[in-house]
Amino acid sequence: MEKVGAVLVVGAGIGGSQTALDLGDAGFKVYLLESTTSIGGVMAQLDKTFPTNDCAMCIVSPKLVETGRHHNIDLSINCKILDVTGEAGNFTVRVLKKTLYVNMDNCTGCGVCGRACPVEAIDVFNEKLSKFAATAVKYPQAVPLVYAINKDYCIGCGICKGVCKANAVEYDLEDEIIELKVGGIVLSPGYDEYIPPEGNLYGYGKYKNVVTSIEFERILSASGPYTGKVLRPSDGDIPEKVAFLQCIGSRDFTGNGQPYCSSVCCMYTAKEAVIAHEHMHQIRPTIFSMDIRAYGKDFDKYIIRAQDEYGVRYIRSRISSVNEDPETKDLILKYETEDGKIIQENFEMVVLSVGLNPPDDAKYLADKFGIELNEYNFAKTDIFNPVQTTIPGIFVCGAFSSPKDIPETVTQASAAAGCVNTLLYEKRDTLITEKTLPPEIFVAGQPPRIGVFVCHCGVNIGGYVDVPQVVKYAKSLPNVVLADQNLYTCSADTQTIIKDKIKEYSLNRVIVASCTPRTHEPLFQETIREAGLNRYLFQMANIRDQCSWVHMNQYKEATEKSMDLVRMAVNKARNIQPLERIKLGVTPKTLVIGGGITGMVAALNFANQNFETFLVEKEKELGGFARNIYTTLEGGNVQAFLLDLIEQVKAHANIHVFTDAKIEIINGYIGNFKSVVIHGPENTRAEFEHGVVVVATGAKEYEPNEFLYNTNDNVITQSEFEKVINTTDDIKNKKSIVMIQCVGSRNEEHPYCSKMCCAEAIKNAILAKKQSPTTEIVILFRDVRTYGFKEKYYRMAREAGIVFIRYDEDNPPEIVPEGSKLRVNVVTPIKDNILINSDLVVLSVGIVAQKEDNEELGKLLKVPLNNDNFFLEAHVKLRPVDFATEGVFVAGLAHCPKTIEDSISQANAAVSRACTILSKDEIEAEGKIASIDPARCSGCGMCIDNCAYNAIELIEDRRFGSVAIINSALCKGCGACSGNCRCAAIDVAGFSSKQIYAMITGRL
Amino acid sequence: MTFEPKILGFLCNWCSYAGADLAGVSRIQYPPNMRVIRVMCSGRINPVFIFKTLLTGIDGVFVLGCHPGDCHYLEGNYEAEKKFIMVQKFLKIVDFDKRVRLDWVSASEGARFAKVVSEFIDSIREQGPSPLSGENIDQELFNNLKAMENSVSSDRIRALVGRQRKITEVENEYGEKVPIDEFNAIFDEAIHDEFVRQRILLSLSTKVLSVKDLAAELKLDPSEILENMLTLKSRGEIDYQSIDGNTPLYMRI
Repeated sequence: MEKVGAVLVVGAGIGGSQTALDLGDAGFKVYLLESTTSIGGVMAQLDKTFPTNDCAMCIVSPKLVETGRHHNIDLSINCKILDVTGEAGNFTVRVLKKTLYVNMDNCTGCGVCGRACPVEAIDVFNEKLSKFAATAVKYPQAVPLVYAINKDYCIGCGICKGVCKANAVEYDLEDEIIELKVGGIVLSPGYDEYIPPEGNLYGYGKYKNVVTSIEFERILSASGPYTGKVLRPSDGDIPEKVAFLQCIGSRDFTGNGQPYCSSVCCMYTAKEAVIAHEHMHQIRPTIFSMDIRAYGKDFDKYIIRAQDEYGVRYIRSRISSVNEDPETKDLILKYETEDGKIIQENFEMVVLSVGLNPPDDAKYLADKFGIELNEYNFAKTDIFNPVQTTIPGIFVCGAFSSPKDIPETVTQASAAAGCVNTLLYEKRDTLITEKTLPPEIFVAGQPPRIGVFVCHCGVNIGGYVDVPQVVKYAKSLPNVVLADQNLYTCSADTQTIIKDKIKEYSLNRVIVASCTPRTHEPLFQETIREAGLNRYLFQMANIRDQCSWVHMNQYKEATEKSMDLVRMAVNKARNIQPLERIKLGVTPKTLVIGGGITGMVAALNFANQNFETFLVEKEKELGGFARNIYTTLEGGNVQAFLLDLIEQVKAHANIHVFTDAKIEIINGYIGNFKSVVIHGPENTRAEFEHGVVVVATGAKEYEPNEFLYNTNDNVITQSEFEKVINTTDDIKNKKSIVMIQCVGSRNEEHPYCSKMCCAEAIKNAILAKKQSPTTEIVILFRDVRTYGFKEKYYRMAREAGIVFIRYDEDNPPEIVPEGSKLRVNVVTPIKDNILINSDLVVLSVGIVAQKEDNEELGKLLKVPLNNDNFFLEAHVKLRPVDFATEGVFVAGLAHCPKTIEDSISQANAAVSRACTILSKDEIEAEGKIASIDPARCSGCGMCIDNCAYNAIELIEDRRFGSVAIINSALCKGCGACSGNCRCAAIDVAGFSSKQIYAMITGRL
Repeated sequence: MTFEPKILGFLCNWCSYAGADLAGVSRIQYPPNMRVIRVMCSGRINPVFIFKTLLTGIDGVFVLGCHPGDCHYLEGNYEAEKKFIMVQKFLKIVDFDKRVRLDWVSASEGARFAKVVSEFIDSIREQGPSPLSGENIDQELFNNLKAMENSVSSDRIRALVGRQRKITEVENEYGEKVPIDEFNAIFDEAIHDEFVRQRILLSLSTKVLSVKDLAAELKLDPSEILENMLTLKSRGEIDYQSIDGNTPLYMRI
């Protein structure tokens, strides 16, 4: 069957949106379906994100806006999948688009309907904490910004139809069925949180001051129901003592919750505790937890900060029930301390850290798409490719396959897009319709002829601002040849009016005075471009969001402010010029640095898409770290997978492998790099061009010098032990084995978790026990971090009789040799001394970065390292495999410790991100960028330090000597260089000093 | 009638401007005294913008950016903060620093936006109209601010601000970190000197004056004036014009 160059993405949370953006940017038509009425998913509900405490809305909303207006993404909300037929490359999907009772084309999102609605219903987005109208958007920054009528609550009074001046309310709108033809499918429906059932022992639903963590997230949010104040639902007081109970509905073998670990709760709980204290200093949080599973990049540091800086108290205990003091509505918790004491303590509020369940419609989706679910009803995935479902051509990302956090979801989102790229690469650009635009009218040097369109926005502006007076005033301003008012300037018919007026009045600058440029500027820019004007000959005056809506009782002042804002816009418009978006060629070839699993997966997926690939490995052999690993915890045969991968890579015509190789030079920038590699025994020199770089240089095992490792042959590392049990049967001679966890991890020198060691230890312990059931195995641990579905193996190990004993960081075990034996002395946290006579001590050593190599490569590529010498990505939440330097990506252990599956996901993600560049013949730079006047530049180089994107360098100019120059391909237009320039040599197009001065002085 | 201040706000596109929009969407009411100029990043705000604004007679300037760590452009707001602190150091000299304010507002803080704007308006209302507004402006203050406007674009000040983070937080060319106290001492001295020099230049641009004349006009010790005059002379900005008795007179070149 002929393949189709379109993709279906189901679920438009942060995962689905990222997949859609990657694929849209790579030239595929994307149908993005969302079951609710807005995109953004759970992330849009969060207040802050760990471990950086970034404001969730600040970082997610630009991404959502981009998704909503991407020309290759067709977004449908309120959808349901009906049925799916076909196979990889060619599927047919029927979709039910449920009616909103609001015409999406007409709705301007102004919200008058919601405010007029007499039915106070329940606001689901705010977790039912506040009331809302039956006509509503999910949240103020919703994308798409259209209102929907919730038929469950609507009483059909007709008020909203009456007040909607845009004629958007249509009660007779019916459901619609659409049929989509797509080549690939990505499922990203997310998860549903565990809700304690009726009659639960935590009092949830019964006691008002017991809330779930997601409800608490809305309580914390500045845009939530309490506008960021932390209040007790029972009486609106600020609670002082707040208890967080972890593992609610997770790690639960009683049948009430789920047996697996939900992976994210330890971190989000720490974050909620920290933010609560930050919002209200009187709050003293206490977290009740079993293990603290802070296994991700920089997570452990966050937990330490929570305790040291924010006074968060951790108590290692699982609370089984909560009681309420009926008088005060305080909550009474009873818990057992580690040394067995029973303590009763009162708290003013209790937050239940609820786990992540598979989405409620998981079975329905699995049934429709024909994919299998795993034992927990999450999507079942390939053992080495966590985004591949059981059906070829159908991929999954995010929490639908297992509980995971935002960066892992975003990584998988790109990874799924990477797999779709490999599947459908021949069909890129086949379903994309390029708009033909008229040639641009030449306006340079002509006197400005400005047209001002002032928007009534129904009553939204017109009700609080004297629009006719603003229009009259605009007319009086110099260079304004037309000023007019429109009921809704953003409506389709007004776009035609604007285009006609541009012709009729020969306008060469256009101003719209209405809402915010953040959402509407692109629309109007498109309109004037269609009329032949350069899209940068446009200005907006925000007289709604920042004027009429916020000065509703001050008609005169709001009108004056609107006039001022219009005049400022006119003053700027007089000084604006057409801008060009510079186009750069792209070399469709790639450089992958590192020949481990990560590098090879990336190389192979590039090569399979016909991108010539240069794979550089510093060792003589391919394979990297994985050569020491035999199986995964889940039973995957790593060696077989690795050998197959090496063979494929070596045999592939599009891959040039350089082993025993060192990178000498990397020059250039996104799309246009030129590198030199010295390789092989003869130091052969190879020089080649490429468009992107993937850094997959891996990491190494910590080399211990503690625990007698270097002096006693019976002390070995976990990977050495893995070799022993996989290649010999020496284990049968051992009566007792002790494993020590966190060797070279989570200490002062390496203050991070190496993530894989707990799983490695349990994997090897289970195998050893299987080979020699009489061997005693003891694992000395600090926290058992078998996150996600790995929890099963932890339990399995305990059931197999493997003993787990906890120790504290300050009290590490001691090893004393006694003849051929080793005496291990361990002090437990409650100061019990335990002596174990052991034949073999196995050290679970951590992962450490290759400091010198990374520093050297970092300098070559101008990319940063974090404090632990791992590479530092552009943004820890939303750009996990990108560097701030465009065209350069990171994957695998070079980024931070992680499992093989995670490394493979990152490799695929890097491929997808790179494809957004490689798939294009040329890339367009942003128009509003900085430029340097060489005649004024003194070459001091300060701007180079100020630039976060490495877009500036010093060059030797023939006439001016040493001067700074901006690479327009890399510049993002922030202007930090310009604001600091000593010589006033740097200006920013679109926000030039002259334009801003004109606004400042024109303000009076 | 009570005094209604005029305030100009510079808002970064991604956080504070979005927060201002959210205040609108949430219909949170606040006084209409502020006009807004949108910039992509608070780091874009050239200190000159702030002085130019104050010289127009505006009563207050509000700079709003992303919270530290939240910058859309990675670290532009840190740059903004350094520049702003410098602006305030200058304004402190003439006790004008309370008319400018820097704050952070995130995209989800609509209510906070309204609150900080209202508070700033109140604070300016209490301070009264700018002495540079209206018919009879305070010429001395005008000259001082004009001198500051020229100072902030001087090489010396720009270099100190632009390199501050690198040399105090990362490392300088010797691989050392300059202690912040040490840096501030150098910085404060530079600010004082540059201000005096620009002030001298301003006075000399309209008339020919002696060291003593300038000392009287600027209310400073003549020896300090002389030191700075010599620097200006070596920079080629001023020169002797004539000698009146025993007193040399200077002019601007």
